[in-house]
Amino acid sequence: MKHLLTTEGIDPAQATAILDTAASLKQALEGREVRKLPTLRGRTVITMFYENSTRTRVSFEIAGKWMSADVVNVSSSGSSVSKGESLRDTALTLAAAGADCVIVRHPASGAAHRLAGWLREAGTSVVNAGDGMHEHPTQALLDAATLRERLGDLRDRRIAIVGDVLHSRVARSNVHLLTALGADVTLVAPPTLLPTGVEGWPVTVSHELDPELPGLDAVMLLRVQAERMHGGFFPSAREYSIAYGLSERRLKLLPEHAVVLHPGPMLRGMEIASAVADSPRAAITDQVRNGVHVRMAVLYHLLAHEEETS
Amino acid sequence: MKPLILKGVRPYGEGDPTDVLIRDGVIAAIGSVDDEGARIVDGGGAVLLPGFVDLHTHLREPGREDTETIATGSAAAALGGYTAVFAMANTDPVADNEVVVTHVARRGREVGLVDVHPVGAVTVGLEGVKLAELGTMAKAGVRVFSDDGHCVHDPLIMRRALEYSKALDVVIAQHAEEPRLTVGAQAHEGEQASRLGLQGWPASAEESIVARDCLLARHAGARLHVCHVSTTGTADVLRWAKARGTEVSAEVTPHHLLLTDERLATYDPVNKVNPPLRTAADVEVLRRALAEGVIDCVATDHAPHAVQDKDCEWSAARPGMLGLQTALSIVVETMVRTGLLDWRGVARVMSERPAGIAGLADQGRPIEVGEPANLTLVDPDATWTVRGAEFASIAANTPFEGMELPGVVVATVLRGRVTALGGRIAE
Repeated sequence: MKHLLTTEGIDPAQATAILDTAASLKQALEGREVRKLPTLRGRTVITMFYENSTRTRVSFEIAGKWMSADVVNVSSSGSSVSKGESLRDTALTLAAAGADCVIVRHPASGAAHRLAGWLREAGTSVVNAGDGMHEHPTQALLDAATLRERLGDLRDRRIAIVGDVLHSRVARSNVHLLTALGADVTLVAPPTLLPTGVEGWPVTVSHELDPELPGLDAVMLLRVQAERMHGGFFPSAREYSIAYGLSERRLKLLPEHAVVLHPGPMLRGMEIASAVADSPRAAITDQVRNGVHVRMAVLYHLLAHEEETS
Repeated sequence: MKPLILKGVRPYGEGDPTDVLIRDGVIAAIGSVDDEGARIVDGGGAVLLPGFVDLHTHLREPGREDTETIATGSAAAALGGYTAVFAMANTDPVADNEVVVTHVARRGREVGLVDVHPVGAVTVGLEGVKLAELGTMAKAGVRVFSDDGHCVHDPLIMRRALEYSKALDVVIAQHAEEPRLTVGAQAHEGEQASRLGLQGWPASAEESIVARDCLLARHAGARLHVCHVSTTGTADVLRWAKARGTEVSAEVTPHHLLLTDERLATYDPVNKVNPPLRTAADVEVLRRALAEGVIDCVATDHAPHAVQDKDCEWSAARPGMLGLQTALSIVVETMVRTGLLDWRGVARVMSERPAGIAGLADQGRPIEVGEPANLTLVDPDATWTVRGAEFASIAANTPFEGMELPGVVVATVLRGRVTALGGRIAE
């Protein structure tokens, strides 16, 4: 594997290999006083974040450091355009400075694909840490890792993804990965928050949450961003919460074993009731914890493992 | 100017090769011609057509001379078989006044490779708020007005523009895009854009404006021209409007006749254009609509862009693609090779109809004795491989890079003078 840009068309064996590596890394590090593996010593990993994100950036940084890579963070709140320097020039500069891997978060869909093209000659690996409304592959991988911990094999497991699918890169990456791993995915959202052409996706679509709940093995809630609330996608936060919020009443409709996921940050009270978020059914902190191991595994497969798999 | 003989050419691709004598810018004889002092261009049986007329070109001068100038754009036009082009108004400064349009026309004449007709803006600064001085610009020779790049979205402004245009015998060309439906839009709203996470540009944003404008034009008793038709629904609306007698004409670009949004998978902004590339079903409908005359003509929407405005992330890239030197070949590929148009049809959509829409008296004329010698000679059997870097344009943003296309422009003749020959600008 040279890059991780998307989970679309991912080889289930490749995905499983990453998830297995993540699980072994987790096991190897558990209870250790010094959480450091020498695997990526001498490798340089640069994170380039063109959007604010503490959670994902820190998770990648810790992942790199626990693997003994040298991790450098470059951040910019504005886009490449408003900064003046083009994304291409920034990428070529970082590659010339010695990056083995660039981890990029960018508001433009496809930014990671473009970067991989520009860095072809330099040989730098690219990890997509979220590009616009397109994809966020490591989020999907950490969600799958968390689900596997709780549910085992995901084949034929029924998983609902609830909320703003239209604008969600998390939803797109999860649809590709979960279906590749054999899960049955249902998207639950009002029609205004579903993408055009969703009928062609390998999923079931529903506009109502309650009837779906009793048959689910997991429910994955998506963030509702503030600008959507004012964009006329739904009438009010209250109505959204009534229709799609995971309340305590709804939690009771789920089977005992069902898992609740949320990529964070959560809007408590609106997307998810506090009592649900803090219940043992919720795996939200597990997701964060697994995020580090999954990202370690991704870096391992990209950088340490490249001779065998490329 | 020396007389010119086009030897062994087939007007409209019909009949046996014949000779055409041109004297003083006019076709003097067809058949067995003789003039000892004449310059001879050997046609080798090539197809002779009336010179092409492009209603929709961006020549970028004044303002973005780093991407195209009137000189380089004129050369591209001549090499593409064009004898007249309409230079869109979205320059910097905007062509919304007599000074700019007069400058563009004068530069065009100085270069002299193609008739450059400035398009005037409909509204001041293309802002859609206040009518530009259409009358003054019309007096200066402007025949077509457009805010292209922007839609005249305010229905009252559009109504006034249509009404006012009647007294001037000019046509308003609308870039049909309801701006409220295309905020942040990046790609045709459909399965592909959804998959790629690109904000959708719904077909209905074009269709609703075309429908509205057809109703307004009919109400005003005015003429309307629709730029770059890209959807099935727009073709339906045009068919309906024409059937009820609305004076509406429409153009389609070569890229909308060939390319689809499948190309977006690479995120390479060379494929970014406004209106966006649509679906294969739309392409099929547009071809048929052009063949049937529901869409009147082909216009390039030739849009040169600098490397840095294309070699970037998708959303930061400017929309538009080069078209002047590939238009004929795309029409041959999509319309002639498919049997949808014969060469008479090509003459209609590339020359006669656009000249008629703009009211050009000396373009798009029949190939007959006594007619102005604005002509294009096309080798229908030759093929060539597109190389953007080899184009006369300064910019190289062609989506057709590397494609092998049929149809080669052998020569272009502007009022009896050879402007392009064998792929080179004639000195």
